[in-house]
Amino acid sequence: MTVHNPYLVGAPLADTKAPAGPIENRWTTRKFEARLVNPANKRKKTIIVVGTGLAGGSAAATLGEQGYRVIQFCFQDSPRRAHSIAAQGGINAAKNYRNDGDSVYRLFYDTVKGGDYRARESNVHRLAEISTQIIDQCVAQGVPFAREYGGLLDNRSFGGTQVSRTFYARGQTGQQLLLGAYQALMRQVGAGTVELHARHEMLDLIMVDGVARGVVVRDLVTGAIGSHTADAVVLATGGYANVYFLSTNAMGSNVTAAWRAHRHGAYFGNPCFTQIHPTCIPPSGDHQSKLTLMSESLRNDGRVWVPERAGDDRPPGDIPEHERDYFLERRYPAFGNLVPRDIASRAAKNVCDEGRGVGPGGLGVYLDFAEAMTRLGPDVVKAKYANLFTMYERITGENPYRVPMRIYPAVHYTMGGLWVDYDLQSTVPGLFVIGEANFSDHGANRLGASALMQGLADGYFVLPTTIGDYLARTSAGEVPATAIEEAENRVTATIDRLLSIRGDRTVDSFHRRLGHLMWEYCGMERTAEGLRKAAELVPALRAEFWSRVDVPGSGTDLNQSLERAGRVADFLELAELMVIDALHRAESAGGHFRAESQTADGEAERDDENFAYVAAWEWNGPDRPPILHPEALEFEYAHPSTRSYK
Amino acid sequence: MKFTLRIWRQRGPRDRGRLVDYPIEISPDASFLEMLDVLNERLAGAGDEPIAFDHDCREGICGMCSLVIDGTPHGPEQATTTCQLHMRKFADGRTITVEPWRAKAFPVVKDLVVDRSAFDRIIRAGGYITAPTGTAPEAHSIPVPKPDADLAFQAAECIGCGACVAACPNGSAMLFTAAKATHLGLLPQGAPERYSRAVGMIAAHDELGFGGCTNTGECTAACPKEIPQDVIGRLNKDLLRAARHHDPGA
Repeated sequence: MTVHNPYLVGAPLADTKAPAGPIENRWTTRKFEARLVNPANKRKKTIIVVGTGLAGGSAAATLGEQGYRVIQFCFQDSPRRAHSIAAQGGINAAKNYRNDGDSVYRLFYDTVKGGDYRARESNVHRLAEISTQIIDQCVAQGVPFAREYGGLLDNRSFGGTQVSRTFYARGQTGQQLLLGAYQALMRQVGAGTVELHARHEMLDLIMVDGVARGVVVRDLVTGAIGSHTADAVVLATGGYANVYFLSTNAMGSNVTAAWRAHRHGAYFGNPCFTQIHPTCIPPSGDHQSKLTLMSESLRNDGRVWVPERAGDDRPPGDIPEHERDYFLERRYPAFGNLVPRDIASRAAKNVCDEGRGVGPGGLGVYLDFAEAMTRLGPDVVKAKYANLFTMYERITGENPYRVPMRIYPAVHYTMGGLWVDYDLQSTVPGLFVIGEANFSDHGANRLGASALMQGLADGYFVLPTTIGDYLARTSAGEVPATAIEEAENRVTATIDRLLSIRGDRTVDSFHRRLGHLMWEYCGMERTAEGLRKAAELVPALRAEFWSRVDVPGSGTDLNQSLERAGRVADFLELAELMVIDALHRAESAGGHFRAESQTADGEAERDDENFAYVAAWEWNGPDRPPILHPEALEFEYAHPSTRSYK
Repeated sequence: MKFTLRIWRQRGPRDRGRLVDYPIEISPDASFLEMLDVLNERLAGAGDEPIAFDHDCREGICGMCSLVIDGTPHGPEQATTTCQLHMRKFADGRTITVEPWRAKAFPVVKDLVVDRSAFDRIIRAGGYITAPTGTAPEAHSIPVPKPDADLAFQAAECIGCGACVAACPNGSAMLFTAAKATHLGLLPQGAPERYSRAVGMIAAHDELGFGGCTNTGECTAACPKEIPQDVIGRLNKDLLRAARHHDPGA
């Protein structure tokens, strides 16, 4: 691959599965047109679901209820550990319980706009429609959402919206939603419709004539390589933010299943769209293994500020009001502290770049509750945010009831993922991708409280309909033994190779280095120059990995170094694609901020003329330029406008 | 800061296992697990096998981290998971003993990793509300009094880490089981299956080799989410009622 020609352009992609007609009827039409599998035949159909988070857990539970035979895998010791559990803030739904003018259409509109007009209208409208059903479903399962004294559900607002449509369970909404899905899933395991394999990692797809027909998994306890075949495979494996090493993701979150599917022909959509979350606890030293997110809901009551003057190192309490810069409220009076994540993150970075950051290394801004403590009283603040405050104190040793929190942006969520059509099917027939693992719905930026909504919409409602249509239309034959053998051989060869290098560098040292490169050159702000540099450095690091990595232990028992080595190998390949995607997209959109593409006052400048498309990338071999297949985006309803929160 | 870590090493379920000492120097800002990362990085760099331990979210919520630290599950700090425990909480120069959860129902897999799948089996035996997808009524049609919702929430906070079992002299999982029974039993949606749920989960609990509850209270003391001991009383009450009036399947 030469730097002059980092990618090729292939045929455009058309997503043909969304029905035509008025947007509010499309999902209803699709559901009606979808073919059905009769109950007696459902028992004969096997579906593999990889991942047990909100998307995978809800999908497997629902498919099991419907009568399909489901085989499910997760790499954790229990499905209840999936990283969805750590989502704090809430889940959006257009219930309009607050009578503040919310509607399905407004949620749709906010989401398309929030995503900087880089998402598909049809998908987003469907998501907004289903949002109301999700709340009903979760309440019926016993998810203990916050309640008003009258017994009805409470709401709050989140970044990027002016209505109160976020349902929450203190700061543990993800946990409670996941446990709801997990319990529904365990019910199906008990009923015998779902066969669950914990501590198993998917390492390859089994392909028959270009169709996904199963997976190869490694039992992480015994090291045994095993194969499972099915009529369809569903990936619900989450996002790839751990490519940056430091992120808010769980330590085990990885791209391996999705990446290995990509190598079999599943296109990767918009890999450069990474969300930087504005309210994380700043890093404290070299030992740092991850970053901890503080719910964005804190910005409902916390005010963000830095000292007016650069280099002002007085303690926050000694800085008088008139020497503080509440920069979000100043620059974005309409949304104030509740501007969307990309805007808040970049604004924080800018003030830190000006030398006005606070805390170690000047990498932090204050999130101050002093005003809320006066206005609401400490008891109300405590009732709303106690667990977050406690968590903050544990990590930093500072008491946020007395001194302002310090926050800094961190890599959080990935809007990119495997490309899927309206039915959530990838470019590999029989391979469906749901939740954060797919690219759809959020465009270039995800609004707060929309990740949980998408995971559950896909898992409970969309996939169970669309996969039925696929299964009704296809009749899968036997999977030839040679296909299984080939897939297993690929897996074994990779493991053997990793174990045989016996170099002089640890797996983590490569991961840290990769993360550093990506944050530096493909992080919050990207330049063509930096990206071109990364396009040389990342492949060089990958080459070094394969000659110098040392993976201790063997492949025949629990070996966490080996698990990580395989994942880092995939991150190294993905990182190259992220860099190429970021380089080719010479515009700023949402989480992708190209320094060359900004307005005079420093806001992101989108280029709808040249980039109103999804970039879907085809794998073309490890050292060959990937092939770009653009999917044009059309906006019939939410007309692209400059995204202003002023 | 400098510590001596005395860590349980066990190659597999059939290995006898032993404690091994490792000196370490670490920043007071590091979490306990980050300290183990640093140690593992050193071991791996020397070509030795790193110490296996379970962890994932490192935000105190997934429940995957464990470790008995100086005899206490999740270490000395109240209401804290191991991943949220920071080295500034320890006196410099100390020797710290690190062992896996020890309970019959949680067999050791390797080093500090144990198998907690028994918890999934308890949930499987009734720890849910039967609410098939797509059949739910409008959410506001089921009002829940706020005090009930708050109590249910408190019980629902259980992260399934197993510290209660590790702390219990009987190796009982009563706090875990009762937390789920309380969470679901307090809500109107969960009422129809309240008694069969209690009976089903307890049957699984006993069958899986967890010990009986003698109300010693070690579970609550070790619980990183401070699930109160009252939940056990609630579950016992449900079991009694079930035995006297309810479910013939009991």
